[in-house]
Amino acid sequence: MFAHNGVIILFTLLIALMASIMPMPLSADAFRPDWVLIVLIYWCMALPGRVNIITAWVMGFLLDVLLGSVLGVHAAAMAISIYIIVVNHQKIRNFSILQQALITGVLAALYHLVVFWLQRFLIDIIFLTSYLYPVVTTIILWPWVFYLLRKVRRNFSIK
Amino acid sequence: MNPIFKHGPSPQHRLVLVLFCSVLLIFFDYKMASFESVRGYLQSLVSPLQYLANTPKQLMTWASTNLITRRQLMVENQQHRFNELGFNEEAMQLDILKQENERLRSLLASPLRREIKKMVAEVISVDSDPYSHQIVINRGAGDDVYEGQPALDALGIVGQILHVGQTSSRVILITDISHAIPVRVQRNGLRLLASGSGQIDRLIHNFVPQSADIKKGDLLVTSGLGGKYPEGYPVSIVSFVSNNESREFVQIFSTPVAQIDRLRYLLLLSEKEPLHIFSPKTRQKPSSTSVKAKVKASN
Repeated sequence: MFAHNGVIILFTLLIALMASIMPMPLSADAFRPDWVLIVLIYWCMALPGRVNIITAWVMGFLLDVLLGSVLGVHAAAMAISIYIIVVNHQKIRNFSILQQALITGVLAALYHLVVFWLQRFLIDIIFLTSYLYPVVTTIILWPWVFYLLRKVRRNFSIK
Repeated sequence: MNPIFKHGPSPQHRLVLVLFCSVLLIFFDYKMASFESVRGYLQSLVSPLQYLANTPKQLMTWASTNLITRRQLMVENQQHRFNELGFNEEAMQLDILKQENERLRSLLASPLRREIKKMVAEVISVDSDPYSHQIVINRGAGDDVYEGQPALDALGIVGQILHVGQTSSRVILITDISHAIPVRVQRNGLRLLASGSGQIDRLIHNFVPQSADIKKGDLLVTSGLGGKYPEGYPVSIVSFVSNNESREFVQIFSTPVAQIDRLRYLLLLSEKEPLHIFSPKTRQKPSSTSVKAKVKASN
């Protein structure tokens, strides 16, 4: 994990975790993108040998602890979304950046819906369309995160 | 150079493994509520991350409190002086009233009210999870915070402590969907139950008969039943009462008095000896029932 500057991967993931709990005004909070998911998607696509489903699950578990939800809910959703990337990473790598953004959006929607279904199974919550607002910001964010993380990967020559 | 044919377990196996772990965790955390103490330790483990994530906000607050004009300070100072005068006058009255109340209570042979200890805490993070209403504060077991401790802001009840870590703890808000609080109407003492609705500006009151005397604008205060919240603190104001006579129960909504969406400082009240998971085992636990179990029971 830590060979070839693997610490940087961990560092980016920690920053993503922090960004997902940073205090924000309530109106902007509904649009908070899925930082952890987007960073995990990049690393799984670029280096599937280093970052895999287990990493995604551990990150989801940390998110569960940070957000105070029932332990295992975000972890399961994150693992399922990342599984799709891991299985198809060679295909998705060759897509254009816009197509990748769309796929990221679909995965973000899946992630939110899995979280919603699991929570719905546990407590009586109702579906509001505002639960899917983060999907929009995640799609917009993807190109930026992609280019930034690629720069980071090449700069530190993470293999 | 990575070997081409050696990949470890396949993604399918990994997925099945982690999903199995998730199901186990969900089962033990939700159905058995056996993770209460583990969550305390996890909370302490991640609290550095929460403090770090909070630093930009802290910096902004620091900047806004330090970059202030002299004129503004003078105006504020004067305002505070006026306020202090008013409060001092009220405090004088309060002392006399307290003594009188104690005398009357002892005449009536009813138990004296104990002094309530207070502690100020600052909100360090608000959950971005839309399904639960929880906040994290900068006080933990090290400051004698205990599970179930009531928290309020300057206007009314905010919620209670859910998990205690060493340096931070988690507060569940009254608007959370799994939370309920016993209240009464201040005007006539009618007892109700205020359940959270998952929306920050609404509490729901179930099972109120059609004959109940309750109307829009009534103030609801804590009733002290259930033993979690002390009596008489404002909770919410009735915002909607349905007048549909064909229903079995009246539909009532109310709006929390506390500013749930702009919390910054909280007041923690403590009536009893602080007890928490980090304390020595020799002391006895107050009650082993969790918040969720309690809410279910009171529903």
